Amino acid sequence: MLLLTCPCCGVDADETELAPGGEAHVTRFGAGASDDDFEGYLFHRKNPKGVHFERWRHAMGCGKWFHAARATDTLEVFGTYSAQVLAPPKDLIEKIKLKRPDWEGF
Amino acid sequence: MRRYSAFAIAREALRYHTGWERAWAAPEPKSEYDVVIVGAGGHGLATAYYLGKNFGITNVAIIEKGWLGGGNTGRNTTIIRSNYLQDPSAAIYEKARSLYETMSQDLNYNVMFSPRGVMMLAQTEHEIRGYQRTAHANALQGVQTEFISPQRVKELCPIIELSGPRYPVLGALWQPRGGTARHDAVAWGYARACSDMGMHILQQCEVTAIHQADGQVTGVTTSKGEIKCKKLAILVAGNSGVLANMAGFRLPLESAALQALVSEPIKPCMDVVVMANTVHGYMSQSDKGELVIGGGADGFNNYTQRGSFHHVEETVRALIETFPIISRLKMLRQWGGVVDMTGDRSPIISKTPLGNCFINGGWGTGGFKSIPGSGWAMAELVAKGEPGELAAPFGLDRFKEGRFIDESVAAGVAH
Repeated sequence: MLLLTCPCCGVDADETELAPGGEAHVTRFGAGASDDDFEGYLFHRKNPKGVHFERWRHAMGCGKWFHAARATDTLEVFGTYSAQVLAPPKDLIEKIKLKRPDWEGF
Repeated sequence: MRRYSAFAIAREALRYHTGWERAWAAPEPKSEYDVVIVGAGGHGLATAYYLGKNFGITNVAIIEKGWLGGGNTGRNTTIIRSNYLQDPSAAIYEKARSLYETMSQDLNYNVMFSPRGVMMLAQTEHEIRGYQRTAHANALQGVQTEFISPQRVKELCPIIELSGPRYPVLGALWQPRGGTARHDAVAWGYARACSDMGMHILQQCEVTAIHQADGQVTGVTTSKGEIKCKKLAILVAGNSGVLANMAGFRLPLESAALQALVSEPIKPCMDVVVMANTVHGYMSQSDKGELVIGGGADGFNNYTQRGSFHHVEETVRALIETFPIISRLKMLRQWGGVVDMTGDRSPIISKTPLGNCFINGGWGTGGFKSIPGSGWAMAELVAKGEPGELAAPFGLDRFKEGRFIDESVAAGVAH
């Protein structure tokens, strides 16, 4: 069972309290974008076998969105952070690099 | 290859079964093949088989990271049906279903295809309308289905509870020629036939790099050395994204875990497959007597072949209400597989940005039933370099063009 600490309310939330929201930090393309960019924004996801940054909502708790860094090949959780940022915090990236020297980075 | 027959069993019985030969060979890799297929699951082996049978291409290697049929081919709930709403889906799944009918004779291998009938329960007013629409669409597509009454459901499956408080049974979409087959036997039968045609099945051989020059694939690096190829076909289900990453292109796919479980074996109690999509559970009884139960996929990216426990709990909770008889059964085993899901929940059978590289994936939660049809269509794509009628609608370009085959809406669930 996946456990994520909600950075908004501080609760260690069980998976049944949470709603997954897919890959985080996706660049949005809208009107005026090329077909390739728009297709990529809608459908192409990194889907890595390894470190993944994603969005979650504490649906059955405080109701707020937040971000999590997680490994899709081991289910290890590296940490959670605010939804109000465009990229993962530096200290979290350093922490992941220490654990996974081969990781290509964010 | 010595054919399997009743006579062969009698002959071997007389000589203490010393004459059975290996079902397929374990050769050393050659340095070059006409076609290299990555993934020796059902889809990869079926593609190889129809490449040989329909197009005479037999200088083929099928490369497998683990063991033959050890991925989703050995992890599914073995259901075969073709009652889809959209024309392209109905065409390819019905092709697959019809090939299952004669597969045992075709491969000289008993795949235990059992057209026992599949019913999809309508448990809400919307589902009644949706399935009636599908039944009409199937009539136009030439797929034999009908919408049946709750009384007929009870006749076909007496252990069902029609008037559950939360999930009453209001009718069902019934496909009498749907059913199940022995999943491992499908992989083994294709493997034996491919090996007989001289193809190489290379197990425990992991592809670690894909080489290219001038927009063409030239070969692959594997854990058993370099292998050159004139054409490359990728059929690796949950790992499609990983292989595409090696080849340098992206796919509109995400990988997630899907789970199934079986109960302890009991006496025969149901001889049809029942799917309940509102509550997202489905159940059939295996020849050993186990009830085979499938549930929903996790909502997050996952490559671990392990799913979340609460999905199992939700599935079982709902099925107990529909089948009160199972409430005291113990569950024997539970397992997961990694499925690759597209945005429209329909598969990809497509050319790629690399000229001689072809991809088949995105079958999501519906891969097993499609194996022969998928292999048939993929073999044509690989042999000719252009998709045939079955494969054409499933190209990657549909995501750019907005030409979706929207089965997630049609079925209301992953399937």
